[in-house]
Amino acid sequence: MDIYLLEAIINGLLLGGVLALLSLGLNLIFGVIDVVWIVYAEIVMSAMYAVYWLHNYYAWPLFLAFPAAILIAALIGVLVHMVVIEPILGSAPINQLLATGGLLFFLQSLATLLFGTEFRNLGVRLPVLELYGLYISFSRLIAFIVALIGAVALYLFLARTYLGTSIRAISQDREIMGLMGVNERRTYVITSAIGGGLAGLAACLLVLQYDVHPFIGLTFGPITFMICVLGGLGNMIGGFFAAFIISQIIGIGGYYFSSEAAEVLAFVFFIVMILIRPQGILGKK
Amino acid sequence: MSAQRLIPYLPLAAVLALPFFLSNYYQHLAVQIAIWSLIYTAWALMGRFRLTSLGHGAFLGVGAYVPTLLWNNWGVSPWLGIPLAMALAVALALVIGYPCSRQKVIGHYFALVTLALGQVVLLVIVASREVTGGSLGMTPHPVGYSWYALQIPDRAQFYALALAAWLAGLAVWRWVDRSMIRFALESIAEDEDAAESAGVDVLREKLKITALSTGLTALGGALYAQYLMYLSPDAMSGVGISLQIVFAAISGGMYSLLGPTVGAVFTIGLNEGLRVLFGTHFIGASNTIYGALLVAFIIFMPRGIAGLVEKLGPRAKPPAAKPLSPDTQPAE
Repeated sequence: MDIYLLEAIINGLLLGGVLALLSLGLNLIFGVIDVVWIVYAEIVMSAMYAVYWLHNYYAWPLFLAFPAAILIAALIGVLVHMVVIEPILGSAPINQLLATGGLLFFLQSLATLLFGTEFRNLGVRLPVLELYGLYISFSRLIAFIVALIGAVALYLFLARTYLGTSIRAISQDREIMGLMGVNERRTYVITSAIGGGLAGLAACLLVLQYDVHPFIGLTFGPITFMICVLGGLGNMIGGFFAAFIISQIIGIGGYYFSSEAAEVLAFVFFIVMILIRPQGILGKK
Repeated sequence: MSAQRLIPYLPLAAVLALPFFLSNYYQHLAVQIAIWSLIYTAWALMGRFRLTSLGHGAFLGVGAYVPTLLWNNWGVSPWLGIPLAMALAVALALVIGYPCSRQKVIGHYFALVTLALGQVVLLVIVASREVTGGSLGMTPHPVGYSWYALQIPDRAQFYALALAAWLAGLAVWRWVDRSMIRFALESIAEDEDAAESAGVDVLREKLKITALSTGLTALGGALYAQYLMYLSPDAMSGVGISLQIVFAAISGGMYSLLGPTVGAVFTIGLNEGLRVLFGTHFIGASNTIYGALLVAFIIFMPRGIAGLVEKLGPRAKPPAAKPLSPDTQPAE
């Protein structure tokens, strides 16, 4: 096999890790609260700025800046829920989606206002690994591994703890859980915090690879939504697999064509899939 | 229509005629408001029936690029190119809309599928940079003042053109409002299965309104490109512009005839006002306020400014059909 093709496949795999992490957070929120946070990628953007400023401006070391950024993202998640979603929890789901869309404009413009439109680089250069003639970016490898650890940790949390069980229970039957003594409101807030935190974690991994600018959310936001729908909205395992399918299409497509053409291919694949299987690749009708 | 019945429309006509007598700057604003009003009206045409498309940028892009590409490469007049672009946009909409309706892709799923569609068109424009200029954008070959090429530097004349297109959009809205399509679509929005069992041809009605909406959006995109004489993928397609369309229509009020137009006046006015107020030092300030307002709108007044005016209006009509729970048929 062509060594560049192999490299494209490996890079696709590594990209898939971060995308999977992003889709996990969004799916968790959709599964539990039944809301699509269109603003999700902008929370990631905010957390990327948090890392950038804490590290480059206040000279915090990365091992402090990262957890701080995750906390900030979790806080934003809680705020999104309490300020925007909670007042309209009873209205049509599409209204909730649109309300978070308004928030997208808000965060994007706020970032423009505060930080300007320059591309900002964290300035941390990680080495490139060479393995049997293959060049693999170390930051991507770390991102992949951390994303996998994050996914496993989330799985253990949902499967093994009381809180996790109540979150899963609410996603199965919203009405009955209140009667069973689960505090719905608290569960929603905690879910939002976890969802935001996952966006923060993804931001820490992305900021090592990409420059931050106010509109970066638009570059990987649509892909994240696409992955979630492809896996079946709310279906975390489906989303996880879908992330790797899409990242492979982008990776391999980028090798044969251009990177934009590869993304077009991924989006067309998505549209076709959704029209064949609207419930997602692993979804049940 | 007797002369007396025209009297209430006189102030409106006066407002519409006003830009002809104003300075260049206000004419520029008026053209933009007219074009965007058309586009927002086109979106709301289907948006108000819970067909929330987050991908109308796709049709805007087709409408903008196709006539210019035809003009630049083969010298085809936009008078032919624009209908072609509209037909192409409708065809694209139906290719997606048909399976969506068949598979009952609605709500969140419909929103996200259309979001992807908007992104596809953006990326196709960027990727085919040999012909479209990619992210750098392109201009129609300039020929000076020419109605044949639809290159009209005179703002008053272009305003007249845009005004006509906007009125055509309103006429389509009125026509839909008074036809059976509206009742069929309202019942579909309430409950698709129930509507179907009551004999509504869900697929056909959805495709009809989709075709009208996307065709008019393409027309708006074409006019916008001809007016600016500059096309760029981010301004004409993709997620950003798609969401802008959605939110302007919602903030104005997507259930009223003039709601989307109010949305255009409101968003363009707010943007210009804040720009004058803050100067260019605070780029983003106007959109930050706009974003916060949007969230508040959707939470507190989902029917937009027009909805609020109707509610508070002194001549409040007796409760007509509510937007999404119509009492269309007498129970027999």
